Amino acid sequence: MAFILKDEDKNFVLEELKRYESKYSAIIPSLFRIQKKEGWISAEAVSVLSEVMGLPEAHINEVLQFYTMFNKEPVGKLHVQVCTNVSCAMNGGRELAKKICQKYQVKEGAVSQDGMITVTRVECLGACDKAPMMQVNDKYWEDLTQESAIQILEDLKQKVVG
Amino acid sequence: MSKAIESKLLTEYYDDPHYMSFEGYTKRKGYEVLKKAFKMKPEEIVAEVKASGLRGRGGAGFPTGVKWGFLPKNDKKRFLLCNADEGEPGTFKDRMMMEKAPHQLIEGMIISAYAVNAHKSYIYIRGEYTDCLRIVKEAIDEAYAKGLLGKNILGSGFDHDMDVYSGAGAYICGEETGMISSLEGLKGQPKLKPPFPAIQGYLKFPTIVNNVETLAAVIPIIEKGADFYKSLGTEKSTGTKLFSVSGDVVQPGNYEVELGTPLMDLIELCGGLKPGRSLKAVIPGGSSAPVLTADECVDATMDYENLSAKGSMLGSGAVIVIDDSHSMVDLLTVIMHFYHHESCGQCTPCREGTGWLEKLVKGILKGSGRVEDLDLILRVANNMKGRTICALSDAAALPALSFVEKFRLEFEQHIRTQSPVRERETTSHA
Ligand SMILES: Cc1cc2nc3c(=O)[nH]c(=O)nc-3n(C[C@H](O)[C@H](O)[C@H](O)COP(=O)(O)O)c2cc1C
Ligand code: SF4
Ligand code: FES
Repeated sequence: MAFILKDEDKNFVLEELKRYESKYSAIIPSLFRIQKKEGWISAEAVSVLSEVMGLPEAHINEVLQFYTMFNKEPVGKLHVQVCTNVSCAMNGGRELAKKICQKYQVKEGAVSQDGMITVTRVECLGACDKAPMMQVNDKYWEDLTQESAIQILEDLKQKVVG
Repeated sequence: MSKAIESKLLTEYYDDPHYMSFEGYTKRKGYEVLKKAFKMKPEEIVAEVKASGLRGRGGAGFPTGVKWGFLPKNDKKRFLLCNADEGEPGTFKDRMMMEKAPHQLIEGMIISAYAVNAHKSYIYIRGEYTDCLRIVKEAIDEAYAKGLLGKNILGSGFDHDMDVYSGAGAYICGEETGMISSLEGLKGQPKLKPPFPAIQGYLKFPTIVNNVETLAAVIPIIEKGADFYKSLGTEKSTGTKLFSVSGDVVQPGNYEVELGTPLMDLIELCGGLKPGRSLKAVIPGGSSAPVLTADECVDATMDYENLSAKGSMLGSGAVIVIDDSHSMVDLLTVIMHFYHHESCGQCTPCREGTGWLEKLVKGILKGSGRVEDLDLILRVANNMKGRTICALSDAAALPALSFVEKFRLEFEQHIRTQSPVRERETTSHA
């Protein structure tokens, strides 16, 4: 499926190009915008973006590859990012990540069969007082237990299915 | 321990849920200090901040007024950049400050920008903090609407524009030159210093980079004066500091206390250790700070001098409390994985060293390590220090050195009990 940048998104990119002192600064916000809509950033998206922005594709790719928040592959509808850094590790963060993988029969970083869930381990998200924690898409879920985390994901799944 | 040891200079009104709004903030005397600041000359503000002894709260602890003084003495364009990347493991104070008091940060930034004559500032917020990004952006919009940003602020003749910028997931963008690269739309790789950002920063313009908490602390300094600020804390570590306490305490959270507060009092303030547990170690300043043993904690005070005399550092103020239920081998593995993952790869000692360290420590944890590996860890870590573009390499080396040196017996014991028999035999008389 060819990537098409909708008018509203194109306008967003054009506005961002004017917002900062350097055009290059518009790359990160534009990539976020695409990811918000598509869930990830494909090679076609980069190539379209390069054209709209008037910036080299190679440079956009370099930026894309450098930052961990950009998904370079499709992810599930729920991107479950479990913190496994020190304070969370001390409170069962790693076991939580494993448990969620088991429950949804998905390997870390892969997409579950139903396209619903991707689980990744992430570094400290600045919520260490409420460890263990996870971020699902944009939202933080804190002070988790394995049970509460699964419950949250089940509820979110229901919502996504609608 | 009573709550009396808390000293809420910055966080006084944080319990007020309306404090985050413009109305709530102004009800609590918000933006009043800005009016006072505009009656002062910029150089008077710089002098006051210098005299207050305020040191950067982002990790390096550099005196803020001195940094501001490095700017070229001319009228040429310069930038103020607020470091809200908060990536140091264990740190969660800037997030709270932005969520609870976005206008406090904005006020502190306008005062600071006026002091250093910057007409444009950015708040670089880590990408995962989507709530902060929204809250701070809305607060900026509101400040514009009320005439606190833009042209001729409050009739002062001073113009200032402010914007937010979102990071996209990279610890290294918390390092000031990495942040500048990122804001420039490049990979967030640090640049060689000198030139320091105050001379040549964002797009080669002089740029002052300060942490969220540092910029907010400028408000009480201008409000109450340097002498008042200096009356808090210790002689060389003045004022208050937010400590993000996590790990094995009953009530983890952010606590604002005077610098120089005994570490054990701070732990008490957090409800102490969990029942039946004893203290094993504390990482006093984020995961880059060398770990303290329980013995060292007894007379440790939370200020720059005391912790550096103990070979550690105050860092970002992230205090990770570790009780006897945890394995130091395990925790070091977590930390080494982090630095290996976050090394930007520009410098060989850092790129290779972090990889080696992770591999060695992981090997020990999994049971394939040898006692000789401990000395190898020390050698590798020592070779990573002071030889790279930025301080991440040191930040990775220091925990490795301190964990292995201070908990060597535990590492050796882990190796002996976890390793296959063959290993155990060859190392038993080591
Ligand atoms: C690897 C690395 C990561 C850093 N991360 C942060 C950070 O997340 N937040 C921060 O304020 N400073 C961080 N710093 C320190 C900044 O480089 C810089 O010293 C600081 O933003 C200056 O502000 P201050 O003087 O107000 O502390 C980091 C430094 C290094 C070497
Ligand atoms: S020390 Fe490490 S993180 Fe810093 S610039 Fe060099 S390779 Fe990058
Ligand atoms: S260690 Fe998990 S949020 Fe900080």
